[in-house]
Amino acid sequence: MKGAVLAAAAGALFALGLVIGGMTIPAKVTGFLDVGGAWDPQLAFVMVAAIAVYAPALRWIRGRRPLAAARFQWPTARAIDARLVGGAALFGIGWGLAGYCPGPALVALAGGGLPVLVFVAALVLGIALARRLAPA
Amino acid sequence: MAGGGLIGLAAALLLWSHGRIAGISGILGHAADRGDGRTYRWGFLAGLVAAGAIAAAVAPSAFGGAVRSVPAMAVAGVLVGAGATLGGGCTSGHGVCGLSRGSPRSLVAVATFMISGAITVALAGARS
Repeated sequence: MKGAVLAAAAGALFALGLVIGGMTIPAKVTGFLDVGGAWDPQLAFVMVAAIAVYAPALRWIRGRRPLAAARFQWPTARAIDARLVGGAALFGIGWGLAGYCPGPALVALAGGGLPVLVFVAALVLGIALARRLAPA
Repeated sequence: MAGGGLIGLAAALLLWSHGRIAGISGILGHAADRGDGRTYRWGFLAGLVAAGAIAAAVAPSAFGGAVRSVPAMAVAGVLVGAGATLGGGCTSGHGVCGLSRGSPRSLVAVATFMISGAITVALAGARS
């Protein structure tokens, strides 16, 4: 129970950060990516601020024990290969088209109407397709 | 800036409580998996969506309209989902958590999706 509450609190806090940061406004995201046009650099500061908080917190937390789990689960992949670069390239195309990445789309799910519902359904489909057609 | 700080704090809370990386595409993609990850995945997703619903009711102006047609949103969603799965993460997992850990993979992923995103906007416009 404690674990579920802590995870939900983390999710809610994450959502609040995305909303306050402007990530749930797709035109702001495409404006950030519009480096050759009317570039709006504001979202870069959101990312820098997130790292400025998480990076030192990570170093402090790493030396402890998780509150509601047996151990830390760190990513184990190391390879910089075509899968990583190709995947990230596809991700960027979709991100630049819609102005949504997965977090903000889920946050906007309830209030974003049909376009966001379609995007999230397609997002789940894309995940399933990649896992099926190109398993790691 | 303040929003970014909260994102960092939220990711730190998930790491401290569950020992997990706050990568949203991964959390969503593995939500149906069996095993001990279910609690943190469903808890996190529930908090994310519920807080978003409350925010949309309280501050609708914080949510912008779509910049593309519905068919284009479908294409974009598939690309984002497949791309994040192949690339091992999205803006949260690679962009916030991975860069904070100094992961070379995340650095390559973030540089790549920023560049391909910028090229896409240069070709398709910031809205259509």
